[in-house]
Amino acid sequence: MSELVIDKDIDRSKMKISNEVAIHIGKMNKWYGQFHVLRDIDMTVHRGERIVVCGPSGSGKSTLIRCINRLEEHQQGQIIVDGTELTSDLKNIDKVRSEVGMVFQHFNLFPHLTILENCTLAPIWVRKVPKKEAEEIAMHFLQKVKIPEQALKYPGQLSGGQQQRVAIARSLCMKPRIMLFDEPTSALDPEMIKEVLDTMIQLAEEGMTMICVTHEMGFAQAVANRVIFMDQGQIVEQNEPREFFRNPQSDRTKLFLSQILGH
Amino acid sequence: MTLTFTRKEMLPPQAPPVSQIGVVRWMRENLFSGPLNSILTIVSILVVWWIISHIGPWFTNAVWYAGSLAECRQILDGATGACFGVIRDRWSQLLYGFYPSNLFWRPNLAMVLMVVALAPILFSAVPRKLLWFSAVYPAIAFWLLWGGSFWVPVAVLAGFGAGYGAFRILAPLSSLLSMLAGVAAAVIWWVFLALPLAGVLQSVAPLALQQVASRDFGGFMLSIIIGVTGIALSLPLGIMLALGRKSDMPLIKVVCVGFIEFIRGVPLITLLFTASLLLNYFLPPGTNFDIILRVIIMVTLFAAAYMAEVIRGGLAALPRGQYEAADALGLDYWKAQRLIIMPQALKISIPGIVNTFIGLFKDTTLVVFIGLLDPIGLSNAIRADTNWNGIYWELFVFIGLCFFIFCFGMSRYSMYLERKLKTDHR
Ligand SMILES: Nc1ncnc2c1ncn2[C@@H]1O[C@H](COP(=O)(O)OP(=O)(O)O)[C@@H](O)[C@H]1O
Ligand SMILES: [Mg+2]
Repeated sequence: MSELVIDKDIDRSKMKISNEVAIHIGKMNKWYGQFHVLRDIDMTVHRGERIVVCGPSGSGKSTLIRCINRLEEHQQGQIIVDGTELTSDLKNIDKVRSEVGMVFQHFNLFPHLTILENCTLAPIWVRKVPKKEAEEIAMHFLQKVKIPEQALKYPGQLSGGQQQRVAIARSLCMKPRIMLFDEPTSALDPEMIKEVLDTMIQLAEEGMTMICVTHEMGFAQAVANRVIFMDQGQIVEQNEPREFFRNPQSDRTKLFLSQILGH
Repeated sequence: MTLTFTRKEMLPPQAPPVSQIGVVRWMRENLFSGPLNSILTIVSILVVWWIISHIGPWFTNAVWYAGSLAECRQILDGATGACFGVIRDRWSQLLYGFYPSNLFWRPNLAMVLMVVALAPILFSAVPRKLLWFSAVYPAIAFWLLWGGSFWVPVAVLAGFGAGYGAFRILAPLSSLLSMLAGVAAAVIWWVFLALPLAGVLQSVAPLALQQVASRDFGGFMLSIIIGVTGIALSLPLGIMLALGRKSDMPLIKVVCVGFIEFIRGVPLITLLFTASLLLNYFLPPGTNFDIILRVIIMVTLFAAAYMAEVIRGGLAALPRGQYEAADALGLDYWKAQRLIIMPQALKISIPGIVNTFIGLFKDTTLVVFIGLLDPIGLSNAIRADTNWNGIYWELFVFIGLCFFIFCFGMSRYSMYLERKLKTDHR
């Protein structure tokens, strides 16, 4: 919930939003048993958009982005990712998953594999990239997240911030067109949050389409082109960040912002 | 009174007091740290001494050169002492049962090759190419031990090739279909084609070893055959059962749970009697289903049920995030299991798995109750000889020692493996 100030100058030259639709969600509903967790979600994401999703705990933010790569199944409505509709068809699911990268709150690195192996596993086994080439790609992205020297260590030997950056690199090795982040910094100590946010900013600068569940409002203000506020499984408000923070419309949003920003 | 002080000469380092170093210190800390501990130490020493002084002579007076128990007693002349002459006299039976002695080279060679075949599986430093040898080793061992036509094991091995071929042909269509087709092709091959093909090959190129019947097998050879085969088969079967038990598909789940609970609820000895007696009623008349093979199947099923539960424990210990990360990267179910889930679950389960292995290996002695001559069964057979009538301890000590060496070896290996695979740096 920090108000981490993003002091970095952000290069906006490549942050272009195209007309192409990356993700379309229409009238989507989801239940956990009797519990109606997502209600009538409508949302369209264009290529190049950087969307921050916020809202109180339990409002369904994680569930929403987990539906986008089918870690959770929705029961009603439509989710189309890169032109592929998510149904129970396994082929479509595999296709979507190989194009959508996901970063988790608890990193979820594979502890029995080295950092390098973590990064090469999916390219080798899913994309069928030759091992040597996969290793080159992995080193390229590890360089990008600034930890190439840790390549041969195991995840347990790295700090939380480093592990999260490896997790980002691991996703990038699949060359995804869309990245999903589920509270990537909320399990980290304050001094490590910045290094992870910097990596995410760098991705945004390269024009990656991103959906981030985060409470880092500094990040939202600096990078996002749209902020979505969720409560009780529905989208309550969405706006471009400046307006969203300065001029929230709904009472729920106001209450949430006052709690999170602490005044 | 002045507070200023200046040292004139520096003190040289000195050895610590005798009471603080080495043996003395260790004894003070561990054996005599208080009156109660001192008393316990002294009592323990007395107990150990009493045991040694009673059992020691039995070993030190042992007679190794005697052809019968009577001769042994004569040599001992009233003193207590073991009569290990029986081991010298009958070691070949304890090791090989009634396997023809001119053919001992065959089990010996099979044993040596087994070490070669196991090496790449147990130690990652051994070249991976040797795994090919490990894969064909079962056929080689079968041929060496039982003899008969060389082409029978070859034809059986070819069944795997047939299954794999069918799998590859249909693989682009559907993974489930191709797997079923692979299994079906292999079974069809084994049931209808393998033996005729072996017959044809045998008539073209005769190559055979003298046949040895299963009832001549015995001793540690038998224990090792049943134990090693059971171990090698029960692990993969246990993995499949554990996965089946966690499956989303109700039918598979019910079958696996039912199987596991049934096998765990029944004593092994019941299963062995089933193997030796009842199976004959169910099988079509005239089929000769080898008794050792039947026992191996029962022992494997029994161990696999326990293995499945051990592995399920390992699976339960994995955080959900591991499955989700694998899914999010686009790995399908089998790849996720093979590359992410199983390596970690099996690593967690190593102590339980090895426990099951050791239990299985020792349970091979139960085959004595269905008339197979494992080492215990042979000790009875040896006693039936008038020369050795009445000899118990020497045989049991020897058999126990041999089992201990095997089981202790497995236990040490598992500790080595755990240390080697420890990458979590917690
Ligand atoms: N697997 C599940 N089964 C049942 N209820 C769940 C499950 N996962 C989440 N929930 C419930 O759904 C709601 C939304 O969860 P989540 O999407 O994780 O919220 P958020 O990420 O916004 O904190 C919560 O009330 C949570 O308790
Ligand atoms: Mg959440």
